[in-house]
Amino acid sequence: MQNRFRFYVQLAFTLLVCAFLVVPVLLSMLAGVTENFFVGISSGLTLRWVGQVWEMYQPTIWRSLVIALACLVVTLVAGVPLAYMLARYRGGNSRLARLIEELLMMPVAVPGLATALALIMAYGTWRDFRASIFFILVGHVIFTLPFMVRPVLAVMQSSQLAQLEEAAASLGAGRMQRFFGIVIPNAASGILAGALMVVTLSVGEFNITWMLHTPLTQTLPVGLADAYASMRLEVGSAYTLIFFFMIIPLLIGMQWATQASRKKVRL
Amino acid sequence: MKTVLPASPRPVAASQAVWLWFAVPGVTLFCAFWLLPMVRLVGVGASGPQGAMAYLAVLTNRHYAASLFSTLALSAVVTLATLAISVLVGLFLQRNRFAGQSVLLAMLTFPLAFPGVVVGFMVIMLAGRQGIIGAVSNWLVGESVVFAYSLSGLFLGYLYFSIPRVILTVVAAAEKLDPSLEEAARSLGARPWQVLLHVVLPALLPALMSSGAICFATSVGAFGTAFTLATNIDVLPMTIYNEFTGYANFATAASLSIVLGVITWAVLALARSLTGSGVAAAA
Repeated sequence: MQNRFRFYVQLAFTLLVCAFLVVPVLLSMLAGVTENFFVGISSGLTLRWVGQVWEMYQPTIWRSLVIALACLVVTLVAGVPLAYMLARYRGGNSRLARLIEELLMMPVAVPGLATALALIMAYGTWRDFRASIFFILVGHVIFTLPFMVRPVLAVMQSSQLAQLEEAAASLGAGRMQRFFGIVIPNAASGILAGALMVVTLSVGEFNITWMLHTPLTQTLPVGLADAYASMRLEVGSAYTLIFFFMIIPLLIGMQWATQASRKKVRL
Repeated sequence: MKTVLPASPRPVAASQAVWLWFAVPGVTLFCAFWLLPMVRLVGVGASGPQGAMAYLAVLTNRHYAASLFSTLALSAVVTLATLAISVLVGLFLQRNRFAGQSVLLAMLTFPLAFPGVVVGFMVIMLAGRQGIIGAVSNWLVGESVVFAYSLSGLFLGYLYFSIPRVILTVVAAAEKLDPSLEEAARSLGARPWQVLLHVVLPALLPALMSSGAICFATSVGAFGTAFTLATNIDVLPMTIYNEFTGYANFATAASLSIVLGVITWAVLALARSLTGSGVAAAA
């Protein structure tokens, strides 16, 4: 009897927390398709606001996607070999590897504002670079690189790379052949988890991007901040709705990927 | 790793050096676009009229000290509240099997990847001028309660992005608990709250410390949420932003952001050395 009571109290609390997280999401989705949110649903449903956002902010959406994909390419090219080095150099247990791992996390540990200010102080005078989307890309790459390296490294450490490679080498495979034929296929689940994380983070990155952007290089979250500040609530909501539609597939993919790779290693 | 023939130490050293080549692209990017700019930022921080004393200004200047204090206090309160809520919810979800439980967990962790600006907007949806709290309170007592655009709104926002992350950690840590310890405590006559206090919480402590540190560090450095709610909320990231864009006071902005970075890094490093495990910082 007392146990039942305790169960329902806890359930009610859990539902309350859940409502705190989910209700605003639903409300903003609703507001994005309501004619006048202040009046309520009775004012009618419309796609007018979504259309208006599409007209005004479409470039920010494409720009965010381009940056996220470019960021993915760079973190793949730089991060996967780096994870390989961290896993294999001196048997994966060297002071250098630990130092690199530690340093790589710094841009995540330190607030994005500081990273962005540092980039501006160092490269702000290079006008063309400062005004291009490469400036934002650089910030995103630095911030997301550890999220590629960590899951890949975790998978590499848990699979017996050294033995597999030794077997391949004894059969005459060269270093590059081993890297592409043994290492990458074995680390595939980590690469997938890292890739989804990198794209999700890049699409939603604001703290660094806000300082790095120029009026001509607005990304989606920058546009969101702009819309929240200067547009009516319905427009901000419609814009948020578009953002949700972009990241929800990524989030679902991420949950699926972590569940799949959780069976192999604990990330 | 392998037995090395004493006659050939050189090829071994060479084969180790080959690994280093794989690190070149990543390490180069990191040095060029983070390490060197950061070193530069430290220099800029000391280049103002006060020189290196600018790094002490965060304590000596009353305005900066106040904003540092409110940032740390707010983050500490958010961290404690998040930990309390997440332990209750996380343990409940891990201990009970019922219909819709996995849906609940998915919903609770869904906002994990929302950027700070979106979290700010969610707070506006809850407690803003057209928010649901205002509407409900207006209907109940005839007066709409609006608190999104202040420190309490910021508190709500930080809770919003911290809860999903900490719940995930609590659920994962609770899965590894040994149920026989709790049974032993119960069989010896411990009340449920005693079991929680003396058995469950100590076992969860490392997970709570590491996720609490992440939560604290993220709250200290968060910028997007405050930016969406109001630019006059007096927390350190907003102060830095205003110094930089409003007053073009580069040296102060640089020194304050270095101080902020050192604080968040130190909290994470401390938690990691105490728990002895890898504390992954948060997005």
